[in-house]
Amino acid sequence: MTATPAIPASFDEARPRGGLLAGLLSSDMPRSRALSFILIAIVLVLALTPFLFSGSQPLSTAAKICVFIVLVASYDLLLGYSGIVSFAHTMFFGIGGYGIAIGLEKLGADWGSAAIGLVAALCTSAILAIAIGLLSLRVRAIFFSMITLAVASAMAVLASQMSGITGGEDGLSFQLPYALRPAFRPFAEPVFGVMINGRIVAYYLLFFVAMGMFLLMLRIVNSPFGRVLQAIRENEFRAEALGYRVVAYRTAASVISALAATVAGALLALWLRYNGPDTTLSFAIMIDILLMVVIGGMGTMYGAIIGAALFVLAQSYLQVLMEAGSKALAGIPLLPNLIHPDRWLLWLGALFVISVYAFPGGIVGRLRQGKRN
Amino acid sequence: MTQKTTTPALETRGLTIRFGGHVAVNNVSCRFSPGTLTAIVGPNGAGKTTYFNLVSGQLRASAGEVLVEGEDVTNLAPSARAHRGLGRAFQLTNLFPQLTALENVRLAVQSRADAGWSLFKVWNSRRDLIEKAEAILERVRLADKRHVAPKTLSHGDQRKLEVALLIAMEPKVFMFDEPTAGMSVDEVPTVLELIHDIKQRGDATVLLVEHKMDVVRSLADRIVVLHNGTLVADGDPATVIASPVVQEAYLGVEVRP
Repeated sequence: MTATPAIPASFDEARPRGGLLAGLLSSDMPRSRALSFILIAIVLVLALTPFLFSGSQPLSTAAKICVFIVLVASYDLLLGYSGIVSFAHTMFFGIGGYGIAIGLEKLGADWGSAAIGLVAALCTSAILAIAIGLLSLRVRAIFFSMITLAVASAMAVLASQMSGITGGEDGLSFQLPYALRPAFRPFAEPVFGVMINGRIVAYYLLFFVAMGMFLLMLRIVNSPFGRVLQAIRENEFRAEALGYRVVAYRTAASVISALAATVAGALLALWLRYNGPDTTLSFAIMIDILLMVVIGGMGTMYGAIIGAALFVLAQSYLQVLMEAGSKALAGIPLLPNLIHPDRWLLWLGALFVISVYAFPGGIVGRLRQGKRN
Repeated sequence: MTQKTTTPALETRGLTIRFGGHVAVNNVSCRFSPGTLTAIVGPNGAGKTTYFNLVSGQLRASAGEVLVEGEDVTNLAPSARAHRGLGRAFQLTNLFPQLTALENVRLAVQSRADAGWSLFKVWNSRRDLIEKAEAILERVRLADKRHVAPKTLSHGDQRKLEVALLIAMEPKVFMFDEPTAGMSVDEVPTVLELIHDIKQRGDATVLLVEHKMDVVRSLADRIVVLHNGTLVADGDPATVIASPVVQEAYLGVEVRP
């Protein structure tokens, strides 16, 4: 799989721009007015969700979007920028979740346990990513993908078997540090009409860590190192002849991507106060990640934000929307049945087939193209 | 009885590769002195490109050694050999097809500057690398096509870009594999000038695989002839071209107008 060329020929990317924004975005601007607008809208809504919506479902949806932005961006770094097809991404996601879960469950509900759990998870992920990378990035791409699939399946089995540590199929529920519990009240008075509690603190923890991780990855793909990854994706033989050690660069990309996925898993566990095989390790999530990368736009990073937001929203609200539609169409034959909430997966599938077919370069690719014409 | 005066820039000792029963390069020992341009000629299938692949590391030798300035590089990967000073251009254009011409060259400059492992800087903060890449594009007369991706460049321009990448690597040994192959007649002189220019500047050692005898005559200080993987003649152009073994094996057919 190769990404479409992201840089229009007329765009002089070699001219560095000054300014805080260019620095924050690592000179990789959205380069499309519509795209900028959508990105700003998504980030703004995410930032203000606790104040814009009431109830726990919108906040949970927003939190999930934050987690998936990190997860999908880290997969884009691997797939879109390095051209590596790995199916072990949920394994690292799961390791992050289990790190937090086991830490907080076994060592007690405080920040120290969370930190120990996270660091242990990061180390495990790094070692696994290096091992898989060095052992198998030398072989042909298809074999590498197969090996990642095998390792990920083995880990999923392991996680459900070692119930003494992981809680098996039931997973682990645990207490959060006090500052993240719903009972925690940092302020005596409501802020902008909203009483701040530990859930909202936890949400902002997720939000800021997710944004930080995203900007960090945006920086890495736009660094001299990131440029080498793209060169290897384009022509690994030539990159090697130019003096770049392809195996080392690929392994490094795998490790960075694995670490980011681990952080994403840790964030999700913190939010859910639970981790189990189905929330982080399942192969269904792997497929969701792939779809989000492709729909957003491979090799663009910004695609992760759009892909994650769109996908999670569709997952959370398509059923609700369909139920309303189905009721509105009651009385007409066939139609209400067709858009019955139970068929939501069918329609989600159809939506994605259409969007992949219509925007081969993803939504970001389409928007950037639109700007050129 | 050759007295060893200086360390050769490149030396191969008994370099051999077998593919099953076929010996593609057979026991080739050769020294290349700094500042010389050596043409490697021979009929198709003589093992010239295979010899290049053994030297730059794309193929592993069955036997023999490759030395760069006296250092044994036989067991090193192509990337490590590139850092030892072996620069290789390819016969079939081998570029990064979707990156811009400037980025192609900048990547080579960046490798030379050993800057690939910088993860947290924005790439374009290294103005020096970009400026150097731009200067090299200027030198190969591709400055106006800096934002064009190789896949949309003409064949001749792709070959020039290939030369640019090699220049950017600043190697001790430049290895050109038929740099003018498939070029239109009016584009050939530009590339030859570039190679001549490389030879004139500094004490670069140039190896050139070439079929066109007029090109070889005008550029080479020395000619090495390979035939069926074996080195059959080696010497200054006039002597080699005149030698009976060469006339018979290769040039007798090719050189006739």
